[in-house]
Amino acid sequence: MNDSPARLPLRTAAAVKLGNLSSSLSQKMGLGAGGMIGGRVALKLDPQALNRLTQGRKVAVVTGTNGKTTSTMMLARAVGALGEVATNHSGANMPDGHVTALSKQPDAPYAVLECDEGYFPAVAGASNPAVAVILNLSRDQLDRVGEVRTIERSLRDTVTKLQNCTIIANCDDVMVTSAAWNASKVIWVATGTGWHHDSASCPRCGNPIRWQGEHWHCTGCDLARPHPNWITADESMITPEHQKLELRLTLPGKFNQANAVMASAAAHAMGVRTEDAVARLRGVSNVSGRYRTIQRNGRSARLLLSKNPAGWSETLTVVKEANHPAVLVINAQEADGRDLSWLWDVPFERLQGRTVIASGERATDLAVRLTYAEVQHTIVPDPLKAIDQMPQGAVEVIANYTAFRDLNARAAADE
Amino acid sequence: MSESTIQIALVLPDLLGTYGDFGNAVVLEKRMTWRGIKAEIVPINYGEPVPDSCDIYVVGGGEDTAQTLAVKHLREHPGLQRAVTKNAVVLGVCAGIQIFGESFTRADNVTHPGMGLIDSTSHAGGSRAIGEVLAEPADGLFEGVLSGFENHQGRTVLGPAARPLAHVKVGTGNDGSVEGAVQGRIVCTYLHGPVLPRNPQLADLLIEWATGTKVAPLDLPAVTAMRAERVRAAS
Repeated sequence: MNDSPARLPLRTAAAVKLGNLSSSLSQKMGLGAGGMIGGRVALKLDPQALNRLTQGRKVAVVTGTNGKTTSTMMLARAVGALGEVATNHSGANMPDGHVTALSKQPDAPYAVLECDEGYFPAVAGASNPAVAVILNLSRDQLDRVGEVRTIERSLRDTVTKLQNCTIIANCDDVMVTSAAWNASKVIWVATGTGWHHDSASCPRCGNPIRWQGEHWHCTGCDLARPHPNWITADESMITPEHQKLELRLTLPGKFNQANAVMASAAAHAMGVRTEDAVARLRGVSNVSGRYRTIQRNGRSARLLLSKNPAGWSETLTVVKEANHPAVLVINAQEADGRDLSWLWDVPFERLQGRTVIASGERATDLAVRLTYAEVQHTIVPDPLKAIDQMPQGAVEVIANYTAFRDLNARAAADE
Repeated sequence: MSESTIQIALVLPDLLGTYGDFGNAVVLEKRMTWRGIKAEIVPINYGEPVPDSCDIYVVGGGEDTAQTLAVKHLREHPGLQRAVTKNAVVLGVCAGIQIFGESFTRADNVTHPGMGLIDSTSHAGGSRAIGEVLAEPADGLFEGVLSGFENHQGRTVLGPAARPLAHVKVGTGNDGSVEGAVQGRIVCTYLHGPVLPRNPQLADLLIEWATGTKVAPLDLPAVTAMRAERVRAAS
């Protein structure tokens, strides 16, 4: 049993026990999914709980603006080839969520933790990860998370200090490259995706970044696109051994191919054979309700989550293929960011000519954006009612964070 | 190009486009087009010379390093400054209010020269001002309350040549009491939202300045509903 996690000190063990009890109480009383409360209780009783719970385990931490939940799920599936994996599945991606997940699987020798960008320094510091994955960095919830450069700076400071950690970094993203640039061990992945609107100027020296095709370099310092070890090609990937592997994912879209290649590279660094990793992550089809289709009164509604301009931009590309009616659902609660200015960074103009309903708590803000994008629409604040008002057949539903969470829970309750 | 097309310069969207302020240019363009006034958006990216021939210049918000790079570019290519002497209309948002002034001082205490277009200086405040803002337009500049969302650390002090755009009822603005600045045909504000989709009266004021003619109101129910919601939420 030398692979199993270290024995917990008494204080942590007691904290974990009480935490688990709170999680199950929370679930039984219908207060929540129990994804965070247990960890919150355990961390109150033992602030070192995250450090103690990760000791003796091989840990991977996944962060970035978009694709964290999907990539974490893919990586956890892949690492499952080696043994039991503790992972936080439902987007509970702050330390209380990590402690909850680790407490529930105290004997799992592996942990794959999705981590909010803002908490990455604390979590990476406490969990001594073997692998850290940085997917992408773009503007997101500027009023809550802060500006992209502040996040890049804190990730950079953290990964530069990490010992014995392999960083898996997206070299098509200037911000991620800058964050990982000084780390002692980096595996670079060309994902072919990237939101360039936050990196016209270098995060390190402020000079302009120049792009030539897929290559880019800073005109003022030595920051430049590194030579990738892994490459995302059309529906496939090229490994460091120049082997071409078909992805054949269940999940749609280019960004999920990028997530899959990042997860494969990370799994490889964790010790998983690449063929095994791909075979396992290929099966991921429903990520906490995302991408699943719900049936309502003759309508098949596919539920898609998008939280910020880069995410929406990618999702609008996915839904472009078929000209299905679209329900767009926008909230602006604390977890979404209160400021909806970002709606103007999303190219909603692409929906011109389509049947569109603006929905969610902030449906009117969206309606204003659609009006100026010259997209015909109606307003139905309740997203389930909005689906019911669409013509029978396929409907695309795109919602931001809390809008998606609430819709998904209501749809699940109806099923 | 026809003489009568109103050109809206979108200034350095690659550097000063962090907060959706591109929407301000879209609103100006559409509100003119829908009324039969020819209008077009002219993006001016970093590295390109800044023309002095546009009718309206829209400048958005950006992060610190991007803002420094932007002001350097705008000082090296002073098309915007020349346009101001020819009576062009200018909207500066957030970073705009800081770089248009005489100087701005960052949290690291380094003072950067501004473009000297408005009589103001800016400095870093103690805490970041984040949240909904309501402000009463100064001097009856336009009808209705000014609504927006602020997210900035800068505080701005106006000199005698600049007037405030509005008086703060909810939120912080320049200093907790006044919001924005007006000097000639330059309007500055800390407000995102973006500000012109939130405040069509201000958009139309800029259009009237640029075209020299009064415009009829546009009936956009979504805009009316959204404004009412935002005012209610902030009050």
